[in-house]
Amino acid sequence: MGGAVREGGGVSWGSLDSFLAMGGYGLYVWGSYAVTLVLIVAELVLLAKRRRSAVGRIR
Amino acid sequence: MSINWFKYSSPQTFFPLAGKLALVFGALAIAACAVGLYIGFFVAPTDAQQGESYRIIFIHVPAAWMSMFLYVVMALWAGIGLGFNTRLSGMMASAIAPTGALFTFIALWTGSLWGKPTWGTWWVWDARLTSELILLFLYFGFIALQASIDDPRRADKAGALLALVGVINVPIIYFSVKWWNTLHQGASVSLTKSPSMATTMLTAMLIMTFGFWFYGIAAVLLRARCIMLERERGSEWAAQYAKAAA
Repeated sequence: MGGAVREGGGVSWGSLDSFLAMGGYGLYVWGSYAVTLVLIVAELVLLAKRRRSAVGRIR
Repeated sequence: MSINWFKYSSPQTFFPLAGKLALVFGALAIAACAVGLYIGFFVAPTDAQQGESYRIIFIHVPAAWMSMFLYVVMALWAGIGLGFNTRLSGMMASAIAPTGALFTFIALWTGSLWGKPTWGTWWVWDARLTSELILLFLYFGFIALQASIDDPRRADKAGALLALVGVINVPIIYFSVKWWNTLHQGASVSLTKSPSMATTMLTAMLIMTFGFWFYGIAAVLLRARCIMLERERGSEWAAQYAKAAA
């Protein structure tokens, strides 16, 4: 459960596992980022669909 | 040099411009979020008190700011539409509502995931959290009210009244941490005090704010284009666009 180690103005996570673990807060941090990403992608998909159906109704 | 801004107040001239702007702001959003996330995860240090859980604020704070900012812009467009009876204003207000609701939900969701490890609870009914939840219901109310009225011009008017009355909630959210004794902490950034966090943390948060802002503009413009096509489907320009898009 290694957290990030500070080294001269940056952080070093050491390994992917420790990056994903987020010092034990992985579920909270990635749960936040994943839902945000999913919602943004969903909004863009819905917008593309809405445009297509609007164009379809004109023709 | 003078630009005739009124030219862009009609849907048929604004439509292609909105398409170009959406692309530009979409690209800017991707660039800003890439830089902001890089600084947020690879430059900003671990927080001494919160450990790594604080990295949620890189989306939480920008989303919360956008949720309030978009509401004010929505109310502004709605008010302009109500006062001047301009076609495009109502369309812009309608285009903003779902993206505003999205950012409000993200602010609440990420706040909850931050609150659990930090406060020990997913949710409290304190002034900041409750007023932000009311903001989400205001967005939903605006969308539902507009959807329930068939005539778009009447839907715009009814929505505008709701948006304008609801705008009182925005200063309540913003100042809630000052006016009431809340579990939620005070402002992270203010104009009168120097920020209470490390410069790299603040930098990441501000760049992410620009990223969300650009994304918000792009999404709203894309939705405004949909609304223009839906409402003006009988017009010549819409027919031409549909033909070209086929």
